[in-house]
Amino acid sequence: MPSSFRKLAPLLLSITGLLLLTGCGPKNGAEPDTIKIGNYAAITGKDGTFGDSSTKATRLAIDEINAAGGVLGKQIQLVVEDTQSKPGEAATVAKKLITRDRVVALIGEVTSSRSLEGAGVAQAFKTPMLTPSATNPAVTATGDYIFRACFIDPFQGAVLATFAKDKLNVRRAALLTSTSSAYSTGLGDVFREQFRRDGGEIVSDQKFAEGDKDFKAQLTAIKASNPEVLFVPAYYTEVALIARQARELGITVPLLGGDGWEAPELLEIAGDAMEGCYYSTHYSAESPDPKIQAFVKKYRDRFDNRTPDGMAALGYDAAYIMVDAIRRAGSTEPEKIRAALAATQAFDGVTGRIDMDKDRNASKPAAILTIINGKFTYVETVAP
Amino acid sequence: MTEFFQQLINGLSLGAIYALLALGYTMVYGILRFINFAHADVFMVGSFVGYYAARHIPAGTIWGGLIVLLVAMIACAVLGMAIERFAYRPLRGAPTLNVLITAIGMSLLLEYGVQLLFGSTPRNFPAVFPSSQVQLGDLTVSSNQLIVIGVAAVLLGGLQRIVFHTRLGAAMRAVSLNPRAAQLVGINLNTVIAFTFALGSALAGAGGVLYALNYPSIDPFMGVMPGLKAFVAAILGGIGNLPGAALGALILGGAETVVGGSAYSTYKDAIAFGLLIVIMLFRPAGLLGRFTAEKV
Repeated sequence: MPSSFRKLAPLLLSITGLLLLTGCGPKNGAEPDTIKIGNYAAITGKDGTFGDSSTKATRLAIDEINAAGGVLGKQIQLVVEDTQSKPGEAATVAKKLITRDRVVALIGEVTSSRSLEGAGVAQAFKTPMLTPSATNPAVTATGDYIFRACFIDPFQGAVLATFAKDKLNVRRAALLTSTSSAYSTGLGDVFREQFRRDGGEIVSDQKFAEGDKDFKAQLTAIKASNPEVLFVPAYYTEVALIARQARELGITVPLLGGDGWEAPELLEIAGDAMEGCYYSTHYSAESPDPKIQAFVKKYRDRFDNRTPDGMAALGYDAAYIMVDAIRRAGSTEPEKIRAALAATQAFDGVTGRIDMDKDRNASKPAAILTIINGKFTYVETVAP
Repeated sequence: MTEFFQQLINGLSLGAIYALLALGYTMVYGILRFINFAHADVFMVGSFVGYYAARHIPAGTIWGGLIVLLVAMIACAVLGMAIERFAYRPLRGAPTLNVLITAIGMSLLLEYGVQLLFGSTPRNFPAVFPSSQVQLGDLTVSSNQLIVIGVAAVLLGGLQRIVFHTRLGAAMRAVSLNPRAAQLVGINLNTVIAFTFALGSALAGAGGVLYALNYPSIDPFMGVMPGLKAFVAAILGGIGNLPGAALGALILGGAETVVGGSAYSTYKDAIAFGLLIVIMLFRPAGLLGRFTAEKV
């Protein structure tokens, strides 16, 4: 064994040397002629439509920017990675984008739990990261390089609790939250607190875990508690199954939820079980606002007539916010991009006016939608 | 009280699916003394076959539903026999550990193979049986739950008949008791083992369709959790013992549902599995293990 190792040693050394050399290649070369931005999102898997929509829209925005001459005199190259909706994958691809592709900034992830994973990596490498749609407050609390283009759950939860009390006129709410999703527990906590503060009563507080498919046990307990509304802050795959099973058990009260419902697949899987349910999201494609209509038209033209959902609108805005920051920074140095992102004020996006607050969260309005005759229908907009 | 009975029905329909799956684990163990970890993925393939078969039949009819069920069962039986022929038979006589690792490899191959072919995005399983809600006093039972319980009962009855009242069943029991002696009296070992895999996989295929019917979102990794639970149910009932596997599955389904509907729903799986540990402490061979003479 030792003798064979001695024979192999030079070979191994030369291979290692070769790897090191190729690894250093781009660094020693001339200044790259494109600016690389990393985009990581769940494009496939359980939450696949989130990343699919947001990545499509981000790409649309980047192509528009490139057609208009790019930024800082260079074209932008979008490097896309798929997290496959799997825990653990976000950190891996974020690290790959930063160390191997050497992106100057990251756009992603689309959900809170995976954004938390990616944020830790981005902060450690001091690479600016802008999540289009992660609403849990802890994401941007990770560090000063982490930003978001959407509102946060304390706002969204309060909007929903107030909506339930004032518009739906209900006093008895049941909760069904996922224990393994930072988004779900966070939004559930805010709703519970606000609803109680407004004089409401939480009659049942049930839990499930990501990937569960059988919710009949929890729903049976919920039915026995006789609620007037069922609050389900979860992602669309689970919400659709929950709605179907709730209707099968004879629960007829409306379901209420957050922006995790935002996907056409929700109605595909749930069928008519979602009729008359309400949820909050980032924008409505039905809005007459010319800026929104222009975006909807561009998106539909490019992606076989699919109507852009809230995730698409945020992905589009995130790309423009990021490029705007790079332009104002006048450089691709991470620290300068970070400072420019933090200084984003009165940015006029598809999802409304965006002001970056001191905690690096965007302060902006929420839209409430309902489902009527198998279609998402606009109800109202709530300003912060 | 209504709530309790409602939970009982929920638990029964969940347990019935676990039972269909658990029987496959227990039959293969009874004959070959190893755990076929790819079994849970045969279950997943069953629901995918059902998904594609459902496109060619009129939706929402009893006959259409039964045809989908049958197609999935046949496809899974063939898959089960193929897995045995190409992955496990070449290793017969090798240490059990080798076969076990092959089984894990087979499981991953099926999961990622299906992901490669069909993608990992969850699909919406169509309503192949007519669906409605049945009111029994205060209880609301969905027709799907009744179909699951009914189909599972018929299949389990059929299995019992095959194993105890046919020549092939007698051969299976003989191989289970002593493979070498069985060969000496003229039993073709390969036929019996292939038949066992076909039988177990067909049940898993049926389980896959029934599961997808109740929880209509299917993906390549949907078999992992039900597979784990069915495996535990088989051990709980006494591995190698047919009625034991069914009993273990019903207990597990019931425990999971009762805890899931209580204030401790976060700990649903932890409490269900904790209960199993307690049972195994007092009955290490499983509830019905060792004490019944017939092992298959």
